[in-house]
Amino acid sequence: MSENGVHTDPAAISDLTDAAEAEHSSVAPDGSKVGYRAGRTLPVRVELVRQLRRRRTQLVLGFLVLLPFILVVAFELGQASPNRRAGGFVDLATASGVNFVILTLFVSGSFLLPMIVALFFGDTIASEASWSSLKYLLAAPIPRHRLLRRKALASGLMSVFALALLPAVALVVGVIWYGAGEAVSPTGEAASFGAGVYGVALAVVYISIHLFWVAGLALYLSVSTDAPLGAVGGAVVASIVSQILDQITALEGLRDYLPTHYALAWADLLSSDVDWSQMAKGTFSALAYGAFFTLLAARKFARKDITS
Amino acid sequence: MVNSVASLNRLRGRWSLPALVVLVALVGAIVVFTRQGDDPVPVSTRDAVIDVPESPDSDRTVQIDTTLYLPERTPAPAVLLPHGFGGSKDAVASQATELAQRGFVVLAYSARGFGRSTGQIALNSLDHEVRDAQKLLDWLATREEVVTDGGGDPKVGVTGGSYGGALALSLAGVDPRVDTIAPVITYNDLAQALLPNSARADDVRDTTPAAGAFADDGVFKRSWAGIFFSAGLSGADATNPGQEASEPGQDDDDGQAVDSAAAAITAPQQQGDPRPAGPLNGACGRFQADVCAAYTEVATTGKAGPQTLEVLRRASPSSVTDKITQPTLLVQGEQDTLFGLDQADANARQIAANGAKVKVVWYAGGHDGGSPGPELRGQIADWMAFHLEGEGADPGTSFEYTVVGAFRSSGAPSLRNVVAPSYPGLNVSSTTERKDVPLTGREQVVVNPAGGNPAAVSSLPGLGSVVSRSSSLSSRLSIDLPGQAAVFQSEPQTAQTLLTGASTVRLRVSAVPGQPVPAEGAVLFVKLYDADASGVRTLPGSAVAPVRVANLPADGTPVEVTVTLPGAVRPVEADHRLQLVVSTTDMAYSNAAEPAAYRISLASPALSVPVVPGANATSEVPTAALWGIAIVLIVCLITAVVAWFRRRLTADVDPSLESVPLVIEGLTKSYPGGLTAVKDLSFRVEHGQVLGLLGPNGAGKTTTLRMLMGLIRPTEGGIRVFGHRVSPGAPVLSRIGSFVEGSGFLPHLSGAENLRLYWAATGRPLEQAHVEEALEIAGLGNAVHRRVRTYSQGMRQRLAIAQAMLGLPDLLVLDEPTNGLDPPQIHQMREVLRRYAAAGRTVLVSSHLLAEVEQTCTHVVVMHKGSLVAAGLVDEIATGSGEASFRVDQPDEAATVLRGMSGVHDVHVDGEQVHASLNGTPRASALQALVAAGVAVDQAGPRRRLEDAFLELVGE
Repeated sequence: MSENGVHTDPAAISDLTDAAEAEHSSVAPDGSKVGYRAGRTLPVRVELVRQLRRRRTQLVLGFLVLLPFILVVAFELGQASPNRRAGGFVDLATASGVNFVILTLFVSGSFLLPMIVALFFGDTIASEASWSSLKYLLAAPIPRHRLLRRKALASGLMSVFALALLPAVALVVGVIWYGAGEAVSPTGEAASFGAGVYGVALAVVYISIHLFWVAGLALYLSVSTDAPLGAVGGAVVASIVSQILDQITALEGLRDYLPTHYALAWADLLSSDVDWSQMAKGTFSALAYGAFFTLLAARKFARKDITS
Repeated sequence: MVNSVASLNRLRGRWSLPALVVLVALVGAIVVFTRQGDDPVPVSTRDAVIDVPESPDSDRTVQIDTTLYLPERTPAPAVLLPHGFGGSKDAVASQATELAQRGFVVLAYSARGFGRSTGQIALNSLDHEVRDAQKLLDWLATREEVVTDGGGDPKVGVTGGSYGGALALSLAGVDPRVDTIAPVITYNDLAQALLPNSARADDVRDTTPAAGAFADDGVFKRSWAGIFFSAGLSGADATNPGQEASEPGQDDDDGQAVDSAAAAITAPQQQGDPRPAGPLNGACGRFQADVCAAYTEVATTGKAGPQTLEVLRRASPSSVTDKITQPTLLVQGEQDTLFGLDQADANARQIAANGAKVKVVWYAGGHDGGSPGPELRGQIADWMAFHLEGEGADPGTSFEYTVVGAFRSSGAPSLRNVVAPSYPGLNVSSTTERKDVPLTGREQVVVNPAGGNPAAVSSLPGLGSVVSRSSSLSSRLSIDLPGQAAVFQSEPQTAQTLLTGASTVRLRVSAVPGQPVPAEGAVLFVKLYDADASGVRTLPGSAVAPVRVANLPADGTPVEVTVTLPGAVRPVEADHRLQLVVSTTDMAYSNAAEPAAYRISLASPALSVPVVPGANATSEVPTAALWGIAIVLIVCLITAVVAWFRRRLTADVDPSLESVPLVIEGLTKSYPGGLTAVKDLSFRVEHGQVLGLLGPNGAGKTTTLRMLMGLIRPTEGGIRVFGHRVSPGAPVLSRIGSFVEGSGFLPHLSGAENLRLYWAATGRPLEQAHVEEALEIAGLGNAVHRRVRTYSQGMRQRLAIAQAMLGLPDLLVLDEPTNGLDPPQIHQMREVLRRYAAAGRTVLVSSHLLAEVEQTCTHVVVMHKGSLVAAGLVDEIATGSGEASFRVDQPDEAATVLRGMSGVHDVHVDGEQVHASLNGTPRASALQALVAAGVAVDQAGPRRRLEDAFLELVGE
């Protein structure tokens, strides 16, 4: 071994050539090496390992675990002088564990959750491009549509995990601090703890579907640029701009076309007789935007020259 | 032409142009489609002044100022639209336009004494205002725009708010020509509205949710009555709620609420109509003398005499409700301290008793909270449409109420509508569910201060929604004064109770012996608070129940009374308490002036709380959205299937080339903008070769290799690897191991993990990988377990070459493999490549270093500016056309010898060297000739090394 530890043992070359001579290359009818099957490339498990071992992913998930504790501490500190005019829903937060989860989802819904989804989807291709590893994956070969699909699937799984992790931790924290009492809905309706948990679970499902538009946009930006920050930032900025426009009441009905317009429709789930109309519209809006950007991303990626 | 095609291609490449066009068209179409219905239907108006008799038998007339709103299509059913107290026909203009747009002929008019109409206000008297309205019906019957039920009988509905609502009720009671009514926030009995008494000794009939005690001899509602009366004096529309109440699903924002609140404040000044010159009775304004006298009596004494009661009775719908048989939609506000829910409850009971169809709606507004919003006005129009034209779904006889939640996301409370199948208690079989909440509290003494001052505060009449909208201020405004209030409290609730209507409680009141008892009886105010766990109290609806216990024995003998609390809708949460407060004063009422003290206790510990279970009103799931979801999913599915089929069709094999590792034919890659990186490149690589792809930087070597890996699409021509055409992701790429333009590793993983995960990503069996052998080639030692982030350039390079060798590829493609390696490593690398090819594989190496290619490769392809300039064996290229060099001791002598040989030319001397073009003459013969001539030859060989050939080939 040399000082820097970089040295090829002459015997290694013999080992390699022996192996090469010993192995007779057998070829499948489609021209591939026997053993290669396009349908087996990039298993989701492998992609998840690749992503989950990134410090960034671990930090994000860690922060989601931490956030409910930060909120609890904030409430505990603030109890000395409760600000009763700050708005009812903060008062509601401490009514029960489920209400605490609702508050957590509410405060994270406008920025944190879209950002996490944008991070997982916007980073997935662009970071491979920035590491130059994308070309080796594609030359392995992993068919491009499959690479995109698998990576989107892995990002989706991580996003759903993150979206479920936050309320799950918040629920545990909420039950410990505020008890498993009746959940009080924003419209002043009370629901049993079980019904409240069920409603929150459905809300997480809705939020997951609703953020599909962010996922699609981030994926499109991810295949369009080699800068991961650009892709993530672009999607987050789009979400913020949409929210700003949604505040402008002069736009009236046009606001219905904004992708974030139905972001809080899940609040309807907290009622005993659920009004599905807003959520149906929100689902349609998210699916339409998400599918449009996803198809655009797939088309772009399939035709793109990989030069990174 | 070529340019435009190129630019189009560029555009397509950057932006999926067709997709963009389709998107823009789609969005445009949707916007246009949905906006189409927004254009308001034109409504034309006709102003007319209609003369009506001043009083039943009088021949003097009063002129009623009217406006007829005509819909697009006539004849149509008519809607009579009277206005609220203090307003004029202009106050209902927007609602009239709205109804006309719905297809009704709408007759708005200023009631006598208001606006430009002449005459004096008689408070909806049956002899005056009601007869005026009957005349208007006569007039409507003559209009050809109005559908009639028969001669002189127009098809007509009446709706109106407050004062106008009462007219609707009275008119329906006296005139059967009215087909349906929808009175809004109005009264049943004006005497009870202005002089309420919420306590009676006997039991209150409480089968309906909000039944009031309606006992005689009430307490004067001083501040509201004053506002009411001054509105008649000045013409200011002060009783109008001013702004709309919020509705469920409505987007509220602070700005809007503030704007409308400001509008509500400034409105009265703007609405002061120029008064027509008419008889004004001095201090009585435009009130009729008997009305003025009645007001003066109550305002000064706080009590109503028989004459006043008669005036109020004639002015109240209660006198004719027993004759109303028309379908009736009663809309009442939950924020209304003027005409509370008990007034609508009385109307509902009295009208339903006639067998008429009654629907009751309580909304989150009222005189304190705002007029009906667009949703509710639409519901009223639907009611009219069904009962006048039979159009639309039957609105039925359900009972709807709005629950105001605690949640405020943007300043406005969250609301939900609850629907119960019917208003309980209207028919014999049904009754209101009541929940008994036990109250506790010992007997307490309350003191009435002399002059009734200072007084407790519960509401600010007239300021109405301005206060109630600015957070929950109004319901928390209430102040009880110490010593004046007795408090009884429940235990914290274990579960939420949705209070819906008027709770009742039985109280025991007695005089404190020795203290004087006022002649007019004990005046008390009872209110029910919702107190949360931290003690913050909310008074639902800001309303109090005034109570007068007449004939209270001075000796302290207790009197028991049942008190009906103000009707309200309030979700009382778990952990909240209900708190009953009995106080002696209230700002809004005429308090007892004489000082007094009373003992108050609970006659029965149970507070009876009405609960009306119902389902939340939910909008129907929009089918358009569901269809949209389905279409999106179908489009995605179709796209996936089409893409799948297209990929199946791209396989392209040439069986004759199956043993040839690489054939490149006519390969061209040009970029938009005119740059051509590779131009018509063709060459072959045969089995077992180590082929060098040689060219200066920018020759197109890397571009060619990227096309070989399927990363870049060729503009023209193609690449076949073992006979299979290369396309992105072609399966045949699995036989190629590649290292092109730098390594690509995940920096957060170690070298070994990178290789393992890379191989796992290919999906191929682990035993094919030969990871160990490859890692030995990289020779990174223990560094292989460090993160790649920490590697030097050379280490990455070696790891990348090891990655390319994973799976022992049949064709190994390496781009500049020796960059960044030190000389011993370069030497080893050459060895690896030579022996790898010798083991039955093929190697393609690109380099810009001649020595590299010369020493490593058997074959060479020289590229320059994207084109092939030479290809063949390295030796052949090097020897070129057969020039030779000789290093000799006597150059001049040697030159002479060579010149003397036939066929040899271009001989010249260069120091110790002599160069000559042998032109077919074997080098050995020339050597022989030199030696024979006595020249000592130190060295003999081909003149040009590869370097020269290369330089000549590339023309430099």
